[in-house]
Amino acid sequence: MSQKTAGVRAVARKDMTRRQWIWKEMKRNKVGYIMVAPYMILFTIFTVIPVLLSMVISFTDFNMLQWPNFVFLDNYINLFLDDDIFLIAVKNTFIFAAIVGPASYLMSFLVAWFINELPPKIRAVVTLIFYAPSISGEVYMIWRTLFSGDSYGWVNATLLRLDIITKEIQFFEDKDWVMPLCIVVALWLSLGTTFLAFIAGLQGVRRELYEAGAVDGIRNRWQELWYITLPEMKPQLMFGAIMSITSSFGFGAVVTNLCGYPSVDYAAHTIMHHLDDYGHLRLEIGYSSTIAVVLFAIMIGANLLVSKLISKVGR
Amino acid sequence: MAKLRTRKHRVVLSRSAGGDTGITILLTFLGAFMLLPMLYAIMQSLKPLDELWRFPPRFYVTKPTLKNFRDLFVLMNTAWVPFSRYLFNTMFTSIVGTTGHLFIASMAAYAMAKIPMPGGRAMFRTVRMSLMFHSTVTAVTSFIIMSAFGWIDTYLAIIFPALVFTLGLYLMKQFMESNVTDSVLESARIDGASEFRIFWVIAMPMVKPAWLTLIIYCFERLWNAGVSIYIHSEQLKSFNYAIHQIMAGGIKRAGAAAAATVVMMVVPISVFVITQSNIIETMGSSGMKD
Repeated sequence: MSQKTAGVRAVARKDMTRRQWIWKEMKRNKVGYIMVAPYMILFTIFTVIPVLLSMVISFTDFNMLQWPNFVFLDNYINLFLDDDIFLIAVKNTFIFAAIVGPASYLMSFLVAWFINELPPKIRAVVTLIFYAPSISGEVYMIWRTLFSGDSYGWVNATLLRLDIITKEIQFFEDKDWVMPLCIVVALWLSLGTTFLAFIAGLQGVRRELYEAGAVDGIRNRWQELWYITLPEMKPQLMFGAIMSITSSFGFGAVVTNLCGYPSVDYAAHTIMHHLDDYGHLRLEIGYSSTIAVVLFAIMIGANLLVSKLISKVGR
Repeated sequence: MAKLRTRKHRVVLSRSAGGDTGITILLTFLGAFMLLPMLYAIMQSLKPLDELWRFPPRFYVTKPTLKNFRDLFVLMNTAWVPFSRYLFNTMFTSIVGTTGHLFIASMAAYAMAKIPMPGGRAMFRTVRMSLMFHSTVTAVTSFIIMSAFGWIDTYLAIIFPALVFTLGLYLMKQFMESNVTDSVLESARIDGASEFRIFWVIAMPMVKPAWLTLIIYCFERLWNAGVSIYIHSEQLKSFNYAIHQIMAGGIKRAGAAAAATVVMMVVPISVFVITQSNIIETMGSSGMKD
């Protein structure tokens, strides 16, 4: 698109101001606006307006019943200074995202890289094995069966038989176990779009580059990875990072299904749960919007930061 | 893309036997981590009741039976709301939502990729930005908007948000940009074809892998959609929700629950098996360039 725009721009006449020229271009391409209209209108209604609306409501005490009052920063102050559970939620969310995000990203890349040189048929099978959990809906509930708290749970039974433990562990009801287990399940579910993007990205690296690299003295697979593969697939790395980070903040429902709500001692309570709690259970919309805005800021911040880091790869 | 995948000569360079072994071991380990729970889910569904509650539990099934699946269907038929209704709800919303999404998002993607309109890039950037946050953020305010429209407890509340699923537009736009050649479009324009016609007759057939991917992604999302905050009526709830109720049914229904899990995973997995190469091809142009 940029090339074409540049072409058009080159013939833009000198006797027009920039504004006149843009207006003319807009009229010339009006069919384009008609074509994006259905999508953009719905996108505005269901994404842009909800985001902006939460920003506005976060400064009020809206509760679905009374006319909202403007309370300025009260919600934010309460959230950070008086809400102990929120602070637990922030801590858990960061632990969760800081482990699941990078680990799933790394795992997606490593697996994609390992299987890249396999013959196509075998590669397709291995891809399916790794990708299947992420698309299988609620199959992750099998982890509850595997790690069931009684001795009918396979993990407990095995540990008992091997004399590693003497009494069953209440995995999903024990505050020390809840978080690690949720992280493991989240990782199990996390080889999704990022993984596929990496497989495709690796397939797209031009073979000549590897040959040229070998001539230029690349000695092992790590050098090849760092000097050729990674810089070549930077766009995919960027896309994958965004997908991984965003989904690492979206495991609220999985955690609820695994450990119930609220989780024992709030051990797996995340910002997503806190938001749900105030938004859908207590109907304190003003306060929940504040939580939403904070979560929004965290996600966008994390994404922009990581995008910046990745743009340095191979430089 | 397809050309890149067929390798005429396999270049094996800078590979050490030690590295290969290490990678194989690590891959096997990770593969087991991914595969074993899935396998266990399948094993569970084939176990007769005495094996499900066998002590100590066994990983493998010794006397496989399909009784659990029969139980599941019996249970479905005796449910308060007939199970066919749940299935209809999910099928209906999935099909309407996916078709609408494919059409609306592809059309917008075409315009953003191939029509040099001022503001097109800015629109795309805005849409791309929404990949950076999860939809939980907007759940509460979306609910307010839905109720303002009076769409709570209707199919519309499920279908409309699905139409503007961001990843679909993103992938389609990127794919069109790298796979639809401008010269073909240009000559069609010179012949006097309208942009709608060019989009439908020329561009869309060129991006078949991308629209298959859009269909899969959107369908999978709607298929796996469980409890929705917008739906209260039992008659409008999804198949996934109903399955979830059976899974939460406790000890008596353990067999049917195990079968339900397998039923739920079979559909998306088979769809992926059929379309895998197309999805991977679409992902080839998924990268973010700036």
